Amino acid sequence: MTTFTTTEAALTRDEMAQLVAADIPAGAFVNLGIGQPTNVSNFLTDEQGVTLHTENGMLGMGPVAAEGEVDGDLINAGKIPVTELAGASYFHHADSFAMMRGGHLDVCVLGAFQVSAGGDLANWHTGAEGAIPAVGGAMDLAIGAKSTWVMMSLFTKADDSKLVEALTYPVTGLGCVSRIYTEQAVFLIDGDGVRVRSSHGTTFEELAARVPIELKRA
Amino acid sequence: MAPRIAEHAADAVAQITDGSTVLIGGFGNAGQPMELIDALLECGATGLTVVNNNAGQADAGLALLIKERRVKKVICSFPRQSDSWHFDEAYRAGELELELVPQGNLAERIRAAGAGIGGFFTPTGYGTMLAEGKETREIDGVGYVFETPIKADFALIKALRADTFGNLVYRKTARNFGPVMATASSNAIVQVDEIVPVGQIDPETVVTPGIYVDTVVAIESGPTPALAPKKK
Repeated sequence: MTTFTTTEAALTRDEMAQLVAADIPAGAFVNLGIGQPTNVSNFLTDEQGVTLHTENGMLGMGPVAAEGEVDGDLINAGKIPVTELAGASYFHHADSFAMMRGGHLDVCVLGAFQVSAGGDLANWHTGAEGAIPAVGGAMDLAIGAKSTWVMMSLFTKADDSKLVEALTYPVTGLGCVSRIYTEQAVFLIDGDGVRVRSSHGTTFEELAARVPIELKRA
Repeated sequence: MAPRIAEHAADAVAQITDGSTVLIGGFGNAGQPMELIDALLECGATGLTVVNNNAGQADAGLALLIKERRVKKVICSFPRQSDSWHFDEAYRAGELELELVPQGNLAERIRAAGAGIGGFFTPTGYGTMLAEGKETREIDGVGYVFETPIKADFALIKALRADTFGNLVYRKTARNFGPVMATASSNAIVQVDEIVPVGQIDPETVVTPGIYVDTVVAIESGPTPALAPKKK
């Protein structure tokens, strides 16, 4: 049973990544989205035995390639040169997404513009007039894994909560997010609504006042 | 029938005519058949529908086809990149049609075409603006969107090695869309680093069986550059 915890300081980006890494079950197959989630790989331990998937056709992805080991045929979804670990495998795009859509990946960690109280995710398009839309694998990733976790800042620069009752940005996937990591708090979303697992540099009461949805303490 | 072995890239793409639908392999630079795309630009075919994960990067390959307005429609998942200036310009000028498809649906639609599937229900995209106007169905409590196959006249693919029967092996993540694209076109044109005699590729390691391959050309293209060439 999860119990509510709190720390005095807000989490740094690295501490968020560290927390996500520690929450990934041993032996899990995991896809880390582009941006902040990629940083999670720096905090996974060898003992965890986590296998990383990249949607451009690889399991067993290793760290970013150092100078001298760069191979243009070995890249991640962000087109960054990476390395292969022992036990790695390659497969084509349809297999890679079948693996994802078929529920074979345990955890997918993504960034977000907004998440709704029901776990709807918006992370692919701002919907701004004249913006060129690009979706990539965002919609497949959102709904494919057994668990979809989000890493994001809790508030926009204008101080609006990104955890909302209903999305105002275009939808990426419906009812898919089960956990949100932010600098100020970790939220759990399930059939019982949204629970705050931990608060950081703030209190449950402050969060309840600033986030416009019903929150419960875990 | 064994594939035709083309003399050079221009010979390999010579049959591509105006108005063709062309699948082009690659994810970023990995697996991108750069020399075949250059030859397609040279051959002058226009009014093309191009299917690729992206819509061209920097001043090379597909980006140049778009710059020269040879492409009337792009079907892709991720057109907008920091160096997709030729796509951006053509799209904003209203001179290029875009069909945006989630990446997994794109791969599966191509796979479906090659496998003789008339369409499929996928959960990806359900409830989003990319499913607007499409048939939907609830199956066991989950929402699905109906997607149709993407068939093509030609595919341009890069593999590592072919034998003279057209059996292919790829290299690392350069495999990406190649195997499904080879199945989905009437005429799969493949550039490889080398063509070897039959028997020199272990049958257990063949990724694309030669039945799917129509034309093979050997092109020494050297190591894949890690990053797209910068703007000149």
